This record gives sequence, structure tokens and C-alpha cells, in this order.
Amino acid sequence: MTSVPAVATAHEALTGNPRFSVRGLEFYYGDFHALTGITIDVRENSVTAFIGPSGCGKSTFLRCLNRMNDLIPGTRVEGKITLDGADIYGPGVDPVDLRRRVGMIFQQPNPFPMSIYDNVAFGPRLHGVSKKSELDEIVENALVRANLWKEVKDIMGRGGLTLSGGQQQRLCIARVLAVQPDVLLMDEPCSAIDPTSVQKVEDLMAELKSSVTIIIVTHNMQQAARVSDETAFFLQERQGEAAELIEFGRTAEIFTSPRDRRTEDYITGRFG
Amino acid sequence: MGKRWSNRIALGVLWACGLITVAALGAVIVYVFVRGIGQITPEFIFTKPHGVNAEGGIGPTIWATLYVTGLSMVIVTPIAVLAAVYLAEYAVQGRLVNAIRFAADTLASVPSIVMGLFGFAFFVEAMGFKFSVLSGALALSFLMLPIVMRATEEAIRAVPKYIRWGSYGLGASKWQTVSRIVLPAALPRILTGIILAMGRAVGETAVVIFTMGQAIYLPLSPLDPGRSMTVHLYTLAMEGINMDAAYGTALLLMVMVLFFNLSARWLAARNRRLR
Amino acid sequence: MTDPHGRDEATPVSAGSGLKMMSRATYLKEALLKNVFLLCAVMAVAGVALIFLFVGYRGWPVIQNPGLGAFLFGAEWSATYGKFGIAPLVTGTLVVTIGALLLGAPLAIGTAVFLSEIATPGIRRIVRPAVEMLAGVPSVVFGFFGLVIIRPIAAEMTGGMGFGALSASVILAVMIVPTIATLTEDALRSVVPGIREASYAMGATTWQTIYKVLLPAAKIGIIDAIILGMGRAIGETMAVVMVAGNAPQFFKGLGAPIATVTSQIVIDMSYASGDHRTALFGLAIILFMISMGLVALVRALSRLNAKRS
Repeated sequence: MTSVPAVATAHEALTGNPRFSVRGLEFYYGDFHALTGITIDVRENSVTAFIGPSGCGKSTFLRCLNRMNDLIPGTRVEGKITLDGADIYGPGVDPVDLRRRVGMIFQQPNPFPMSIYDNVAFGPRLHGVSKKSELDEIVENALVRANLWKEVKDIMGRGGLTLSGGQQQRLCIARVLAVQPDVLLMDEPCSAIDPTSVQKVEDLMAELKSSVTIIIVTHNMQQAARVSDETAFFLQERQGEAAELIEFGRTAEIFTSPRDRRTEDYITGRFG
Repeated sequence: MGKRWSNRIALGVLWACGLITVAALGAVIVYVFVRGIGQITPEFIFTKPHGVNAEGGIGPTIWATLYVTGLSMVIVTPIAVLAAVYLAEYAVQGRLVNAIRFAADTLASVPSIVMGLFGFAFFVEAMGFKFSVLSGALALSFLMLPIVMRATEEAIRAVPKYIRWGSYGLGASKWQTVSRIVLPAALPRILTGIILAMGRAVGETAVVIFTMGQAIYLPLSPLDPGRSMTVHLYTLAMEGINMDAAYGTALLLMVMVLFFNLSARWLAARNRRLR
Repeated sequence: MTDPHGRDEATPVSAGSGLKMMSRATYLKEALLKNVFLLCAVMAVAGVALIFLFVGYRGWPVIQNPGLGAFLFGAEWSATYGKFGIAPLVTGTLVVTIGALLLGAPLAIGTAVFLSEIATPGIRRIVRPAVEMLAGVPSVVFGFFGLVIIRPIAAEMTGGMGFGALSASVILAVMIVPTIATLTEDALRSVVPGIREASYAMGATTWQTIYKVLLPAAKIGIIDAIILGMGRAIGETMAVVMVAGNAPQFFKGLGAPIATVTSQIVIDMSYASGDHRTALFGLAIILFMISMGLVALVRALSRLNAKRS
């Protein structure tokens, strides 16, 4: 932890152990150096927001945390990321199991083309639950936690794609919760849904953070300010250069008294 | 005002092209229908031909056609679908993928008579399957392979990427994602491709004539020979012995092919509406 | 520092706080499946190779008897006299293919232009399915239709029985329309959208836009379409057999019986044996190489096109 620069001191006051610990992360798409020198700790039972102008690598970084980038040929990672102390890029680590523990919500709600019930039961079935009563319980639980149960309990057999955009997004959250992840990565989860649904998803994050560590990438600074405990600001200073983590600290401090000039410029809307 | 007139004339010619094409299809369909409809009786469909002029029905040829088409579908579907899964989900662009695509394109354009001779030399003679439904089905599966493969690959590629991510994000392995999410989502379009390929197989003559034989026979075992409807029509027409039966056979053949084509179209349209 | 796929050491040992290692069983299962799929994909290659090898193996002896030169350029094909020169058959194929392209290609390209530039959506909904269904009509039905309808008309025009190059070309022309029309329409549709509007905006008529802007822009796609239509005409068998008259002689006029490479195979195959049968396989391998060559040509053209744009 000593290697963490000034950033670390800013949030020593926060409680909770680091869930994710990232040290000196470098990321490449083929020849393109996309991220450099990322060092950050994400604490458990909190909401951490990643902000920054588009193309600043915040989504790329998010996808390093559950190794979704492995699916893109030609990507390469250097540095170290640990989840509860275990190196997630360590030799032999199963990215598939990692992704079960680190769930992900995408910008575009992506229910599978199957019934609401089957959507939520998909993960548990994948991991070996087959008893109907057990599945029923898991599905109900997940939908209750995602605040969707009341709306769908009578239409469980209907296709997941028939729901409204906001409901679809909460269905996707329920689908992830059903596999009991420790961490929830949310990649701009509210940018494709209507404002009332945004409210519901934000409330949900507040309720969930006692049991799940949440990391959210967002374009919307008001949203970051509303929902997160800590905020990280990413920036690609020049086109074609690797993006960096500029500043990381308590959300209140980042938004009221940023220490870096570039953070201040971004937050006050001077660029990006 | 040459410009306006040349425009009018040219547009007239283009309209004529469109109309002639439709008329060509219309002429074939209407003619075959008008001359053939009188032949279609239960007796024609279900009984055997008999006598020197092949009077009576064409039952065994209908059965042989359906049998050989069904069998080749069973043979080709798993191979073509899994091959397409490889191309769409696993393959990295390179020499091998290039070779596979080139081979598939070549298979799609090799004249059916060549497939027929190959089927004869390989399945009928070398493998010892004789003239049989099995030989016919195996040879036809070479013809169907590129059609089903291409349809499946396009169907798989049309499944949105973010649905796959959802599955990977839940800790599904590659195969779990492909088998539980991608293939079910692509299923309607895969079926459309299979049905179209079956339509091709039903109408195929040059392949089956040299692999299934020309004997009128009701094949039960896959190793039995048989005469397809197309071969029957060809024989009747060339020998000019029983033109009424030829018209009837042509009509039934067209009805079957149109049935396959229309159900493929219907499936595709229904699938579009659902999205 | 790590292989991003982490697959190098698949040992099921637990790391730190319970991140599961990929089990050897899972790894092997996924790898096995991938290889099964690869095997299926390679079947296409194997199929082509098998066809080439087997048909080639059966046709190979023509090199010795009658000898490659006598086979390719021999002017007489006669089973009775044991002469297997394919020049008349190749000429026959050439004649009907050129005839089919002369009649069919303009019709098909006209239909494609009509579909993509002129027809209203309502009319397109009728014409396009008609074109697609035309592609599905079995060749033996086309042959039958040609035999009972086209042949008598051809007989009126040329005298004789009507079996010959004219009937064969007309039927083939109809059969290649769907191939050429569909691919040409695709080519026209993939023309950059702005060009069309730009041309109209400069006061060009519809025809000027089609003729001076769209057709040149879609040129390579249209050439592809014609090549593939040509391949279809060269390889078509049953329809030709039924109307060509099947006399392996050089072209003597539109109304004289003629034979093509494909039709001769069908006619002779039922009774051929020995050298005769070998010669038929020799014909088949030539057809195979022609179609493979055409596919290679189309692929080369599309690479050229991709490089240019």
C-alpha cells in the first residue's frame, strides 16, 4: 500500500478492506497502449464511480476487473489486480469463475431472448442448480433484491424482451444477483433507459451496497455525485496516448475540492 | 428534349425487364398447374406406376424423394451447423479460415453433375453402398453443406454481441454461451437455411440419378435404391411415353419446392416481426 | 506478465482467497469442443479435396488414352468408334453459355436495376420473391417446360425439331436470371448512398443517374454476378439435356442439335464403360476445375475491390 501515491492518504479515513487492489496496470489493444500506471484500491461495501470524458479508458479498465477483455483477441494486461488478495490474472485462474464472482451490467440492457424466469435462472442453472424449488427461491430472491419482483411476479413466463427498457435493466441486475456476486460492475447502466427508471436503479445501488461492492462507470457527473462514496477520474490527455488515473478520493472531496487542476477543469465543465 | 425521351424509353425497358422476369416464373407455374392439376388424384399420389407407359401413380417416387432429402438433412445439419459455429465464434481470420471459405464457395458452385459422378464413383462403387438412398443422401449432403453453413454463420453473426457479454458476465463458458444463448437465438434463421437447402435437394436430378438409381422401388432401408420425382419426370419427358403423368409429376414437384421456399420465407418474416 | 487467457497451467489449486482455478476437465472439454467444430469446418475442405481426388483419379487415364491433346482438341466424340475428343462438347457449352448470357444478363441486370431504383415498395414485394422463387424451380422442370413450350416455338423459328442451341440458350437465360439479378441488386444497394442524391441534385434524369453513376459504381459487383451466372450456365445439366438434342457435333446453326460437356455426361453415363467412362470422368474434372477457377476469380475481384475502396 506504500507504493500508492498521495491518492491513498486521501481516503485512509474510509472504513472497509480493499476488495480490488490494482497495482501498476498497463493495458494494450494489440499495439495500442490504452491504459497506463493505474493503481487503485476499491473498498468493499461501497460504491465507486469511474468518471472521465469518453474514450478515457474507464470502461476498458472496468472490463479488466472481470477479464471481459480476454474475449477480444490481441489484448494484453501487465501489472497486478487482486480480488480479496488473489491475483485474478494469476496462472490457471478460471476467468469464467471470476466472472461469476464479479458480475457485470452493460450500457445496453441485454436480457436473453427467453422468459423472465429463465433469464434469472440462467446463471444458477449454469452453475449446477437444477432443483425447481431451489431455483424458484433464488429467482424470487434476486428479483426482490432488484426491486422488480412486484412488477413481474405474475408474468414470469413472458419474454424478457417484452419489458420496458428500465425493467429490462433491473432484470439484468436480478440476473447477476442470482449468482451471488461479490462485486457488481456497472458500465453506464443508466444511459440507455428513461429517467424514472434511472431513479429506481440508483435507489437500488444504495440498497445493494451493504452486500455487494459496486463499481459504476458513468458519463453523468451528477449521478456519480449522487450514488458513489468514492470517485476516480480518468483522462487520456492526448489522442493516441495511454489514459491515466488522474485523481481518486472521496466523492465529496473530488467534487468540492479536487486537488488536480485537470479534475477541476473536467468537473466544472471546461472540457470533455 | 432528347434527355427526357431517352429517360422514358430506358425506364420503359427496365419496367419490361421486371415484368418479363415475373412473367417467366408465372408462365412456368401457370402452365405446369393448368396441365397438371387434372392428374392429381389420391390414386396418382399414393399408388405405384405400372404397365409399359407408367400408368397409375407415382407414390414410390414421392416417398423416395422425401426419404433421400430427409436423410441428407439429418446427415448435413450437425456438420454444417458446427462448422458455422467454428467460423463465427472460434475462428481467427487466417489461412485456414480462408481455405474453408474457398472450399465452401467451391462446393456451392460445383455443377451437380460433377457431384453426381463423384457420388457414383465414391459412395456407389468405392464404398460399396450401391445405388441406394444412402448414397444419394450422402452425395446430396455435399450440395447442401455450403447452403446450411452460410445460413447458420449469418444467423450466428446476427445475434447481438451484448447478449453474449451478458452470458459471459454471468460466468458462462464459451460453449455454455454458444449452446444456451447464441444457437437458440439463431435457431429460426438456421431453420430457414435448412429448409431452403432441402428445397434444393428435392429439385435435384443430376446428383440422385447416379447415386440412388432409376429403378422404381419403394425404399425402406437406406440401402434400398429408388427413383426420385425429378428422375421420374426426366424419364417420362425424355421418353415421351406418358406426358399426362409427366405434367402431374412436374406439378407435385413444383408444389413441394414452393412449399419449402414459402415456409422458409414465412419463417424468416415471422422472425423479423418478433424482433 | 501473464497470458491473458491464463490457460498455460491449468492446475486445480486454489489461489489465495478462493478464486477457483480452471479445472483440467473444463479446459479439456472446451478445447475438445473447439476441435470438434474445427473438424466439421474442415469437412468442407475435405469434401472439395475428396471430389477432386476421386473424380480426378477416375478421369486421370485420359492422359494416356486418348492422350491429353487428343482429348482436349479431338474433333470427334463417338463412343462407337472409341473416339473421345471433347472439342465439339466444349464448343457446345460455349455456344449455349454465350447465348444464355446475351439473353439473360441484360434481362437480369435490367430486373436488378428495376428492383433497386424504380419499383415502388409494393411492386418490389411481388418481383423480388418471384426472382427468388425462380431460383428454386428445379432444373428438370425448366427442362420440361423448355421441351413442351420453348422447343416448338424454336422449331417455328429455325425449322427442324427445335432441339438445339436456341432452345437451350433461352432456357438457360431464364435460369441464370435469379443468380445475376440478386447479386447485381446487392451491388447496386451497396453503392455509397450519397452518390445517387448528388447525381439527382445536379439535374440528372433517373436513367442518366443509373447509366452514368450507379452502374459504373457497381461495376465489379455486376461482373461478379455475370461470372457466377456464367458458372451456373456452364454447369447446368438436366435442362440442357432435355432441349439440346444431344448430338456431339460442332455448332451448325441455332436450330441444329448440339451437345454440351454436361449433357454428354448424362446421356452416356447410363451405358458407358472402360475408356468411355474414363472420358466422362475426364469431362467432370474439367467442369470441376472451371467452377473452382471462377470462384477464385470472383474472390480475386472482390479483394481488388476491397483494396480500391
